[in-house]
Amino acid sequence: MFQYLIRRLLISIPILLIGSFLVFILVASAGDPLAGLRTKPGVTAQQIHSLSVQLGLDHSILVRYWDWLTSFLRGDWGTSVALGEAQSPVFTTVSSALWVTMRLVIGAELIALVLGIGVGVFSAVRQYSIFDYLMTSVAFLMFSMPIACVAVVVKNYGIQFNDLLQSLHLKRWLTTAGPPPGGFGSNLGQVIVSYSGTFLLPTISLMTISFAAYSRFQRASMLETLNADYVRTARAKGLSQSRVIFRHAMRNALIPVSTLFALNIGAIIGGAIITERVFGWNGMGTVLVKAVSNYDPPTLMGWFAVTATVVVVFNLISDLLYGLLDPRIRLG
Amino acid sequence: MANATQTAGDGGGAVAVRHEFDAKARSQTSIILGRFVRHRLAMVSLAVLVLLAVASFVVPMFLKFSYADTRAGSYLRPGGGHLLGTDQLGRDAFAQLLRGTQFSLAIAFTVAISSTIVGVLIGAVAGYLKGLVDSSLMRLVDLFLIVPQIALTALLVHAFAPSWYIVAAVLALFNWMQIARITRGEALSLSAREFVEASRASGGGTWHIVFKHLIPNMIGTITVNATLSVSTAVLTEAALSFIGLGVQLPDTSLGLIVQDNYTQVLLRPWLFWGPFLAIVAISMTISFIGDGLRDAFDPRQTKVRA
Repeated sequence: MFQYLIRRLLISIPILLIGSFLVFILVASAGDPLAGLRTKPGVTAQQIHSLSVQLGLDHSILVRYWDWLTSFLRGDWGTSVALGEAQSPVFTTVSSALWVTMRLVIGAELIALVLGIGVGVFSAVRQYSIFDYLMTSVAFLMFSMPIACVAVVVKNYGIQFNDLLQSLHLKRWLTTAGPPPGGFGSNLGQVIVSYSGTFLLPTISLMTISFAAYSRFQRASMLETLNADYVRTARAKGLSQSRVIFRHAMRNALIPVSTLFALNIGAIIGGAIITERVFGWNGMGTVLVKAVSNYDPPTLMGWFAVTATVVVVFNLISDLLYGLLDPRIRLG
Repeated sequence: MANATQTAGDGGGAVAVRHEFDAKARSQTSIILGRFVRHRLAMVSLAVLVLLAVASFVVPMFLKFSYADTRAGSYLRPGGGHLLGTDQLGRDAFAQLLRGTQFSLAIAFTVAISSTIVGVLIGAVAGYLKGLVDSSLMRLVDLFLIVPQIALTALLVHAFAPSWYIVAAVLALFNWMQIARITRGEALSLSAREFVEASRASGGGTWHIVFKHLIPNMIGTITVNATLSVSTAVLTEAALSFIGLGVQLPDTSLGLIVQDNYTQVLLRPWLFWGPFLAIVAISMTISFIGDGLRDAFDPRQTKVRA
């Protein structure tokens, strides 16, 4: 197990290196970081030239990549060059955005996972029941909805719910535009109310699509194990229905879903881009959209390096989970 | 039937024997087609999708207002020739919706076809040649999988031009990995089979085997996955255009129309729900068609959808 972990980590390093190099080339060739300055009145060619020397733009791409990589590994992620954002350090921007996004995503994913597993198991046990058909239709519908529209609709209902609360002379509860600026409050009651109000809507919109995937996967794998020989043996031994379902069938059926959970993380960060946009959170999505539209290479590189590392780490977790859940799979 | 009447005079015994072989020989294609046609949900979905596609091209010819006509007032209510009212710029929202559908469908099908071709070629070659070719191509797949696709797509679209075919090309560039992995698996198992070995023994080259033996034998998997990737493409394009990093004017798409109008969801819900429902309709009908195709190609499979 330990050996396997080390080997996997060693394999991830060249993949991350080559990946970051390719992304570096893409980012570097995607635009001109000084384009804004070139058209700005009052900036001389001399100034532009000295700035491009300062940014290392007169060197070849290999040298620039090497410079970026070495300073990145030393913890110096550079500073933003976009007009208006200039001089803000990339490390602070990206790490605070990552914290915002992960807080949102991990909570939503865990809830989606638990709900998805529950619904999947129940649908499989009662296959072709009304519940099963209903949940199948719901999942199909959720698969087919663009996440942006889901978020917009959820936000819209949140606003209407707040209006309803206000018309009943209560305080508005749900937050539809970013986390509260002054923190979550001082006493426990306040914290719970404002925390749940802040996270509820973005969590619901992030959950929908993952929930659909998890419930379908769980249903399929549960149906498979329910038809397996060892489940028939367990029944033949006279075990109770709940023991057969939970101890024998469900435990084995959990494997594909839990690995999907970890593998999915890249796609989920993509989904979070949209959700953050709609709910006005300052997370990875907002940072990316800003960095792309202002063409800000240092921020873009920091963004890609962080997300790629997160994805690689979660892939590793997925592999390890596989080995832990299924003792037949020997890692090594 | 014709056979049976002709041979009726030959005597009783002969007729009975002939009847046994009376069924017309059916090709594999017609069997699969038959199974698909009997899949009710898939057929209804296909009809809806075709109707939607045809309508999006034909109906604009009969509308009173063209999509570019901005002479009407801003945010008119539905009625008076404007079926869905007008948007902020005074353009007829229904004409916009139809045009968005055209572009979204064009993008989605371009993405599906091109990413399938690339993915199948890479997957089949990797699975057939094995060894170094296989492992390096699969590392390439890993490489493409570790970066969130929507982010790189946004970056590239922004760098080139935000026209619909650039968006389609870039989406395809980050969409071939799934099909490559699947076809690689199939090619691995197929290339161990006797008919591939026989072809190799009689001097068949790599491309001959890939095109004549491997790809025809995995056409079912390929078709099903290509269908499903149409629906992924519709949704990804919508997401991309929604954050303002996808298709831009003068081209348009359903995602862009949602982005233009989503602030009106409370005041003028029809402006938002029109494109939303169009996206749902396209991606849902395509999923059902994919399901029907899966059942048609593989009758052994239980109707469980993962």
